[in-house]
Amino acid sequence: MIPASFTYHRASSVDEALSMAAQLGEDAKFLAGGHSLLPMMKLRFAVPTDLIDVGRITELSYIRDEGTYLAIGALTRHHEVTTSPLLATQVPLLAHAAGQVGDPQIRHRGTIGGSVAHADAASDLPAVLLALDATFVIQGADGARSVPVGEFFKSIFETALQPGELLTEIQVPKPAVPSAWSFQKFTKRAIDWAIVGVAVQLSPGGATPRTPRGTPDGEESVSGVLSPGGATPRTPRGTPDGEESVSGVQGAHVALINMGLTPLRASATEAALASGAPVADAAALAAEGTSPGSDLHASAAFRAHLARVLVRRALQEAGGR
Amino acid sequence: MSKVSVAVNGKEITADVEDRTLLVHFLRDVADLTATNIGCETTSCGACTVLLDGESVKSCTVLALQADGRQVTTLEGLAGPDGSMSPVQRAFHRNHGLQCGYCTPGFVMAITSLLAENPQPTEAEVRAGLEGNICRCTGYHNIVKAALAAASEAAQ
Amino acid sequence: MSILGTRVIRTEDPKLLTSGGVYVDDLREPELEGAARVTFVRSTVAHARITGIDTSEALAQPGVIAVLTVADMTDFPPPPPAEPVDPDAPPVEGPMPLGGQWSEPLLAVDEVRFVGEPIAMVLTDTRQAGEDAAELVSIDYEPLPPVVGITEALAGQATVFSGTDTNVCQARSGNFDDSVFDGCDIVVEGDISNQRVACLPMEGRAVAASWSGDKLTVWVSTQNAQLGRLILTAIGLPPEAIRVVAPDVGGGFGAKIGVDREAILVAWAAKHTGRAVRWVESRGENLTAMTQGRGQRHHIKIGGTRDGHIQAYQLDVVQDTGAYARMSGFLPSLTVLMAPGVYDIPAVQAGYKVVVTNATPVAAYRGAGRPEAAATIERAVDWFAAEAGLDPAEVRKVNFIRKAQFPFITKTGAPYDTGDYESALDKVLQAAGYQELRAEQARRREAGDVRQLGIGLASYVEITAADAGAGETAKVEVHDDGTATVYTGSSAHGQGHHTAYAMLVTDELGIPMDKIEVIHGDTDLIPDGVGTYASRSLQLGGSAVHKAAIEVKQEAAQKAAELFEAASSDVVLDTESGLWHIAGDPDKSLTWGQVAAAAAGGLIVANVRFTADRPTFPFGSQLSLVEVDTETGKVTLLRHVTADDAGPVLNPVLFEGQRHGGIAQGAAQALCEEVLYDPDGNPLTSSLADYAAITAAELPSFELVTSETATNVNPLGVKGIGEAGTIGATPAVHNAVIDALAHLGVRHIDMPTTPEHVWAAIQAASGK
Repeated sequence: MIPASFTYHRASSVDEALSMAAQLGEDAKFLAGGHSLLPMMKLRFAVPTDLIDVGRITELSYIRDEGTYLAIGALTRHHEVTTSPLLATQVPLLAHAAGQVGDPQIRHRGTIGGSVAHADAASDLPAVLLALDATFVIQGADGARSVPVGEFFKSIFETALQPGELLTEIQVPKPAVPSAWSFQKFTKRAIDWAIVGVAVQLSPGGATPRTPRGTPDGEESVSGVLSPGGATPRTPRGTPDGEESVSGVQGAHVALINMGLTPLRASATEAALASGAPVADAAALAAEGTSPGSDLHASAAFRAHLARVLVRRALQEAGGR
Repeated sequence: MSKVSVAVNGKEITADVEDRTLLVHFLRDVADLTATNIGCETTSCGACTVLLDGESVKSCTVLALQADGRQVTTLEGLAGPDGSMSPVQRAFHRNHGLQCGYCTPGFVMAITSLLAENPQPTEAEVRAGLEGNICRCTGYHNIVKAALAAASEAAQ
Repeated sequence: MSILGTRVIRTEDPKLLTSGGVYVDDLREPELEGAARVTFVRSTVAHARITGIDTSEALAQPGVIAVLTVADMTDFPPPPPAEPVDPDAPPVEGPMPLGGQWSEPLLAVDEVRFVGEPIAMVLTDTRQAGEDAAELVSIDYEPLPPVVGITEALAGQATVFSGTDTNVCQARSGNFDDSVFDGCDIVVEGDISNQRVACLPMEGRAVAASWSGDKLTVWVSTQNAQLGRLILTAIGLPPEAIRVVAPDVGGGFGAKIGVDREAILVAWAAKHTGRAVRWVESRGENLTAMTQGRGQRHHIKIGGTRDGHIQAYQLDVVQDTGAYARMSGFLPSLTVLMAPGVYDIPAVQAGYKVVVTNATPVAAYRGAGRPEAAATIERAVDWFAAEAGLDPAEVRKVNFIRKAQFPFITKTGAPYDTGDYESALDKVLQAAGYQELRAEQARRREAGDVRQLGIGLASYVEITAADAGAGETAKVEVHDDGTATVYTGSSAHGQGHHTAYAMLVTDELGIPMDKIEVIHGDTDLIPDGVGTYASRSLQLGGSAVHKAAIEVKQEAAQKAAELFEAASSDVVLDTESGLWHIAGDPDKSLTWGQVAAAAAGGLIVANVRFTADRPTFPFGSQLSLVEVDTETGKVTLLRHVTADDAGPVLNPVLFEGQRHGGIAQGAAQALCEEVLYDPDGNPLTSSLADYAAITAAELPSFELVTSETATNVNPLGVKGIGEAGTIGATPAVHNAVIDALAHLGVRHIDMPTTPEHVWAAIQAASGK
């Protein structure tokens, strides 16, 4: 319940935070919202000697339209992300997913940067940012560097952040068709971490307009409205399962939560879609290249099955908006 | 050890505390306000919910030092200056929204914050909004009823 | 007009809602000033010999007052020698520890038998220092083979107790004789699991103790202060030297009956060190070392005719009691007693075995043995109906004990008082719109919808106030200022007794509710009482209050008559105004205060112990509507409709609250909650991040229907409602999930009906 002792430091700027980190060494940790780090410290799974509280660096909390991308300060809280009018129109996938993280109390404190830097394999936002092709801006003693999402998540609880570095900004390219998204988070209870999750963005950043295509059997894409956070599809009207395709898929990005040690792209599914396969066939490949674990919540086989089902539903929903 | 100063229910509470002191322990043991309860150590149950600068937070997962210079409202601070209960407190009383009372301060604060952000929620929104609070006695039925009643009262 | 039966909001609430309840950890009693904090050091292995305990590093820490182990307990009177428990003697079935070679120590002696078992106690000046120091206590373990789960316990290749060659510590034969199934057209046989769940009161265990040199005061989160005091005499003090106080208690559900080994240890530590001490457990400790519920495995056989008449039922229970048999065979003895439920079954055979395992001890949890009986007979009836191709509602009706048959003694010896099972079921079917639901279910099956509907029924009966003969106490006093005080042996922990008992007094005496104080849970003020469990409080405690109020009224009538200089038969009490006057002469009156002032000591008092000669049997029906996503296995509870009948309803507000809470806990067992261990006996669900406690987001609002069938066992005509909701809800929800998949050939899925369990059942039924 009570963390091991540590010394608290408060940084009022990024420079101050970095210099404190350099002085205190590797057993010092940055504290943002505290809702990834403090739970681990309360169970004494993490025992840092020093905490550098960066939570008051208000300059790191923002959501800005930078033309081709949205710039989100690392200290922006989940509540701000999910209620942002800018994100609601420009990147609704992210706005929606941030509203699924934890519960309202957690969302008032937890930050997008903190969650991403913590890199729990069952986290919602890393997979979303993977689907959106985000870039992470990291500040270190030697200055700033940018890391694309594909190189950021190394393993569970391990990212490209080196000791003493601070994540300061997340850059999210604007999807060409912001509304072509879906987020499927499968849980036993609403509050649970995802057993498996899927984040889909069709026509992601690249601003290529959607080109409708004929499909092999002439079927139209399916409309289906999902309730947020659930996985409750409407059966497609008049189309036996497996016959639909998603029209006009330009580089569909399909990212998976908790199908490996990091968020993963369902690349076999994406490749199948790119070569014109119907949704059902492409979704059947969703678990390829993944390594889901078995734990008290689900077996690896069940996770693989869920991935296939949820990817199919996500593609149908995203294509139908 | 560090000096912490938190405005709790409008009153400044200043003390030297261990850096690792959680806000919930600061409230209970230093400010001597024991309505806020502890129900777990994994940020799961919500019994410790208070308002930090008006927003619901789980005070077991906030360091007292993170609340330094901030405003905290606990159950004890909800009633009006004349002692009259807030709409949410009243609604809990009228609708039997509590039994043993242990989770109640957390629920009352969570609902107070929820209604501030969403004054006319649907039942589904109330239930989803309370996913982070656990009650074992009531089955939630009357808690949800109380939240909707408080919203309804405010609408009039 | 009587206040009884009207909606009265609680007198307990204003304090709870404004300044909060005062639970053990909130106490600021002067005797606890500067109290030491206790942190337990607990076993991290499921089964091992302790070969060494090194407390030196912990003791060297600043702020550490003491580190106590069994070696320090020299001032503790030795327990009586452990006589072997005679395996041939009839089983002791009271809720008492089995003892003998199965005895449980206080601090572990040389062996630990479950993860979480207490080994040492660290006393520190501050709360913070406690965890720091406890981490430094070093225990050397020599691992022993763990016994994990019922199968391993029965196989007996390893034993929990080294002095025994079996893990079966108690048994009662079911005298199974399969000839009772001769002539049955349909026979269903199967295994049904009733999984371990955590009781999970939101306030865990907490104890504070202070020793004054000749008196020990113990504040404890308990359901029974008086029983707690009796148990605490084990530390070598007579009852008069111990005061037990139950402050506000944050839920109990049966897991806080009396006091347990940690409470005894904390109390002893106060006496041993001469220092006030306090202890509050963490949730992790609560989920591993507070007793847990259920943990039974059933083998059933049910047989009957093609037209739905059940002829025979066999129930074979194995009770996992965990490492220590704290309640002997009590729980399965109730399961066996209630085996046939609401049905008039010609042949019923039921028996049990109790096994020890290297896991948390199991004891009472909301229903305590009866939910298991109902969950299984209701599952069996549905299973039988599915095999017979009959509507489960019709099969139930055909087999119900009829209203005219009461009082009815079941084949297992349960003396049912009153019941109207058909009516309760009909009410629920009507309120739910049963035919429309079946039609919608059929439509979705026809259409091959991904999301299928399941309709689950449960008709249940349960036994409350099983210890009716122990009764309950009440003292009612009216003071010379016109106020009244009720001292009750009951011990509320959320049930609203203060409101209910004040209603009884105001109804009888006309003293306004806001002038009535109800006190419970302090052995100095109430030395004699039983407490709250087994849904006994209103029927026994309330009847005691009612009777005491009547005695007060009779005595007051005498006194008023003296004051009026009239005959006592001419004196009346106007319960609307609370005034005494001569019949036909309302202008001349006396207040309660005036009457009491004239009595000896300025007080009118009556002291009652009310006992009943039998338990009572509340009953009901519940209907659950679920939606199952057949691609993912996810279950959504859409509606839950109940008729729970516990006789006339004293206060519908309180009555509904008990039903709601019970339904949620019952549904939780069917849907998501389960205590799990790995193959080495390590708990997997020892935090609320992993134990799937149900939340508001998983539940609908419930639809409650009224049904009131009085009993003649007590003057109030009431039975107990506290556990009934739970007992009915589990099988209703469970049956609903299976019903959703019946058309796919699924006949049974073990609880909890998690997505993976459901999906696996669908796969198995389709031959995948």
